[in-house]
Amino acid sequence: MVTGTVVLSSLAIALAIGLVLCSRYMAQSEDSVVDEVERILPRIQCAQCGYPGCRPYAAAIVAESAPLNLCPPGGEDTVRRLARFLGRDAAHLASPAAVAGVAAVPASLDDIAVIDEDLCIGCNLCVRACPVDAIVGVHQMMHTVITDHCTGCALCLPPCPVDCISLTPRHA
Amino acid sequence: MTELVVIIFSAALVNNFVLVQFLGLCPFLGATCKLEGALGMGLATGLVLTLASAFSYLVERFVLIPLDVTYLRLVSFIVVIGAAVQFTELVLSRAFPLLHKVLGIYIPLIASNCAVLGVALLNSNASRSLAAAIFYGAGAALGFGIVLVLLSSLRERLEGEDVPAPFRGSAITLVTAGILSLAFFGFNGFSRL
Repeated sequence: MVTGTVVLSSLAIALAIGLVLCSRYMAQSEDSVVDEVERILPRIQCAQCGYPGCRPYAAAIVAESAPLNLCPPGGEDTVRRLARFLGRDAAHLASPAAVAGVAAVPASLDDIAVIDEDLCIGCNLCVRACPVDAIVGVHQMMHTVITDHCTGCALCLPPCPVDCISLTPRHA
Repeated sequence: MTELVVIIFSAALVNNFVLVQFLGLCPFLGATCKLEGALGMGLATGLVLTLASAFSYLVERFVLIPLDVTYLRLVSFIVVIGAAVQFTELVLSRAFPLLHKVLGIYIPLIASNCAVLGVALLNSNASRSLAAAIFYGAGAALGFGIVLVLLSSLRERLEGEDVPAPFRGSAITLVTAGILSLAFFGFNGFSRL
């Protein structure tokens, strides 16, 4: 009787210690799911979902605190891919007005920003707004967009005091 | 070597745990709605089955028999299986976090899967060697996985079919499982292990 109690208790304690050591050694990580979700998102850091960038939005999606359909640049295709990857229901893309109300113009990967160089006053505000450093130009000088880097996120549009930036189709 | 192959074949097909011995029916019906979930469940249960049969053997051979407390066999096997499930859950959440999220509640439920305890007890009753016990567990896991994948594929096919109204839902699933079981009885007599 005593032997049985001792054996069973020590067996349970030994297994418990082993498991605790294992869990210490292999810390649980949600990070790899967030990585995958972030990879599906366009990663243009446009913040139109209302989160500061794609990584925070991906984290919110994984934590199930944000719906899948807040990413206008990714379009319907991204919503579908996210839904398939996470095994959730695909909703239609939320209209841009419903999304945080950042830019009136929906961002699209197919567009790039173009600066009307005659109107630009060199205020440097758009350079600071650009999340991917695709606008070059120093103070009081004309600015221009590096087309290869521009993601069409439309974040440079609101700060421009003379409205000289427009989005145009990349392959027009 | 041949004996080990025969053990795997016997445990996986001839004496299939789900369809011939009717053990572990809960995940068989619960986790087979989608093929991916069934695959994951098969893998997770497979890991638990193999681990648990090895550990149960070690515990019985090196703890219970020397200390003459074999009457603790059942309860200590349950403790070992619980630990194996917890370990599998750890591995899964680390290596396949997405699968871990999809399977959710079914992983802890492996602990109450009677096939796992069944394998450990059958191993002990047949007094198999360590290698044989591990191969028996792996064979049982293989058979379990095969059956889960078969049923989930069939269920996915059935979803698009025009099933007569009285048979829809669980009814057609149980009928399918029954026909699968009949098919597996075709292996009857191939092996006596």
